[in-house]
Amino acid sequence: MRILVLLFALFFAGAVHAVEPSEMLKDPALEARAREVSKHLRCVVCQNETIDESNADIAKDMRLLLRTRILAGDSNEQVIQFLVSRYGDYVLLKPRFMASTYLLWFGPFIVLLLGAVVVYRRLHGTPVAGPAPLSPEEKATLEELAPGERTP
Amino acid sequence: MTDTTAPDTKPRAKRWPYLIPLAAVLALGGVFAKRLSDISGGYDPKVIPTVLLNTPAPEFNLPPLPGLGDAFTSNDLKGKVSLINIWGSWCVACTVEHPFLMEIAKTGEIPIYGIAWRDTPERSLAWLEKYGNPFTKIGQDPHSQTIINLGVTAAPESFLIDKEGIIRYKVTGIITREVWRDTIQPLIAQLNK
Repeated sequence: MRILVLLFALFFAGAVHAVEPSEMLKDPALEARAREVSKHLRCVVCQNETIDESNADIAKDMRLLLRTRILAGDSNEQVIQFLVSRYGDYVLLKPRFMASTYLLWFGPFIVLLLGAVVVYRRLHGTPVAGPAPLSPEEKATLEELAPGERTP
Repeated sequence: MTDTTAPDTKPRAKRWPYLIPLAAVLALGGVFAKRLSDISGGYDPKVIPTVLLNTPAPEFNLPPLPGLGDAFTSNDLKGKVSLINIWGSWCVACTVEHPFLMEIAKTGEIPIYGIAWRDTPERSLAWLEKYGNPFTKIGQDPHSQTIINLGVTAAPESFLIDKEGIIRYKVTGIITREVWRDTIQPLIAQLNK
């Protein structure tokens, strides 16, 4: 039972945040914006963590930097653009919608569409030809073995 | 009674669609093989290509280490081809790279500027005391402001800067003898023209 509770708890454990109280902005609204922005930015040394979750030193410095920029009056988009212009699209956890990422965005739908085409053709396409009709000799044999049997 | 010579009238389903999964698996295997061979050939998927290539180095003004001359500013980059090396006394790879930087410094072919990243002056100075100082100037960046402006992810990283202060090359990780000889030296020669 304890194990089950533990597993249940682990299953629903949310992402752990690395933001330290000393980093937070005094204004809760600005802090909320900072948190929102940092959830879109990837920690550049840990591949798949947001800077909001990462304990890496550089993630912490980025959190502090984006807070100073928010305090300085930048919009969320400007802050993100500031980091993208230095680290490239790599810092975005969610890839932008552009020519080089079309395949990424459309890929699953293309696969789904192909699947739908296959299924449709299976269900409504030209049916596979049935067995050829019996020859007169075969009909005679059948009549002999099972009188009255209907033949195609 | 049975006619064994009857033609096989069993309908033949198309066979080729069954090859699609096989082809897909082979194609995926090919992609994996390519990637693996790239990695064993020196490609590092963790290296982020810099978007700052061929753009001016950011403005900065970094305080010097006590007793080691003046502040290191972006103005120092103007007028000659130079190398910026980002290091820290906490950085193990930097100690590996260091002897080669000393070697370059001895030849005097290019000034090497150091950015002491996320460090205390005491530790930085102790490190230089122990391993030697190849740097023309050193600036401190304890809170990563300039580092982030340079798009640095980890130390050591080095930037080759041309006479106009424009970033022309970036080495992520240790500058190896090969990279220096095959890539950076030819670039320096070209930029000095």
